[in-house]
Amino acid sequence: MAINWFKYSSPSTFYKVAGKMVPWFAWSAAILFIAGLYIGFFVAPTDIQQSEAYRIMFIHVPASILSMFIYLIMAGYAALGLIFNTRLSSMMASALAPTGALLAFLSLWTGALWGKPMWGAWWVWDARLTSELILLFLYLGFIALHASIDDPRRADRASALLAIIGSVNVPIIYFSVQWWNTLHQGASVKFSGTSMHVAMQQGMYTMMLAVWLYAIAVSLLRVRSIILERESKAQWVSGLVEVRR
Amino acid sequence: MNWGEFFAMNGYASYIWGSYGMALLIFIIEIVMVRHRRALILQQLHLMRNAEDVMT
Repeated sequence: MAINWFKYSSPSTFYKVAGKMVPWFAWSAAILFIAGLYIGFFVAPTDIQQSEAYRIMFIHVPASILSMFIYLIMAGYAALGLIFNTRLSSMMASALAPTGALLAFLSLWTGALWGKPMWGAWWVWDARLTSELILLFLYLGFIALHASIDDPRRADRASALLAIIGSVNVPIIYFSVQWWNTLHQGASVKFSGTSMHVAMQQGMYTMMLAVWLYAIAVSLLRVRSIILERESKAQWVSGLVEVRR
Repeated sequence: MNWGEFFAMNGYASYIWGSYGMALLIFIIEIVMVRHRRALILQQLHLMRNAEDVMT
């Protein structure tokens, strides 16, 4: 069966497809947030070492992992836009950046609030924390660079280069706890298994899926506005129901 | 376990609720900003359309 994938790479088609997908992602995210918080606060037991403080994990870990993952997706879209000259890919990269930046900030914020009671410090210049801070700066740099160039296609190309080069930071964040002596703990969940309580794992995975779906929903909603902004002179835009009203 | 005990989080209340409170705030701000952006561009497109109608 031949699917014409390039059909979905046209902004006018994707605008409508994205509009249909947003409510599905948004509602599943909302349901999973409620389920994840319920498991995290009422099912998962108190930790022997960290008492209740460990419950910050249910937002800290999903925010941190998604902040890194979204960066790679953003850089991937930016690279596609650079290589194939597809406008939609570059618009997707621009739509993902603010969500990634907010999640990187949330990771640092919740990390500080977890670090204070456990380590006695809000912040240390440890490899894990520093590389995550650089990730936030890379996101902000991408957004600022894109905004500073008037011609959108030139802005796409310049910021794509920044995104691609910056992606070297993601494995550095991930492996920082192995490569250097960090105050930040190593990964609790490895490919070889985990020692975490089952309910703690379930809470964490549910919250991770919830943040993931939320990020998809909000990015699709944002890319719809970006498409309209950049295609405002196109015939199909003036034919839309929401524009004709 | 009663609710007072639950919200006290064994002395870690400010750290835990500070984390989840910020998460909620960020999600709300992001949703408001994204919806505002859509309202702005739609308004702009209406204006452009009306201007064209006047000209023709």
